[in-house]
Amino acid sequence: MLASAPVAAAEALKDLVEISSQVRNAVVFGPDGSVEATTLAEKAGVELARKANELLDAASRVREGGGAVNQLEVATAEGSVFVVRDAERAIAATTSPDPTVGLVFYDLKSCLRDAAQKPEPKRTSTRKKKSDGA
Amino acid sequence: MARRLLGLAGLAGVALAAAAFVRRGAGHRRERVDLYYEDGSMVSLTEGSAAAAPLLALGRETLRAAQ
Repeated sequence: MLASAPVAAAEALKDLVEISSQVRNAVVFGPDGSVEATTLAEKAGVELARKANELLDAASRVREGGGAVNQLEVATAEGSVFVVRDAERAIAATTSPDPTVGLVFYDLKSCLRDAAQKPEPKRTSTRKKKSDGA
Repeated sequence: MARRLLGLAGLAGVALAAAAFVRRGAGHRRERVDLYYEDGSMVSLTEGSAAAAPLLALGRETLRAAQ
């Protein structure tokens, strides 16, 4: 994993909570459950990531034919849990009850995309030095 | 006069029943699990189904963990 991934994830999460008033807390984590960034205290973030992984595991067993679940929402009277994952990482978020589902999924996917952005490589000059004789 | 009062009481009763129905309906609608698969298909599990129960329980635990 890139050393800059947690930095990008932290920035993406910061943007997410600024943009989405419906998101209470969120965590960006790897397939092994390692936390890249969270809006919570470290311990609670780890626990949220662990529970989100459990949700993904349980969800993948629902359909007999199998198939990977790449996003889910658990809606309860106390609030909703959203989990979205791509090939490299996943994001889990909690919201207040009755959120605007499409909007939350859109914001979470944007956050995942932003978290995956690699830093721009440093520009190197390709211009040739003028030779003294030229 | 008595008929009028009776009519108003009946109207109030109907309004209260409607409000309770809407509130119950909204509360019930909240409890569900929606799963979206890689192939683009989607499964919605509603409260009361055997498949939804463990996921709803896990969802509640997740909400508590994030508080």
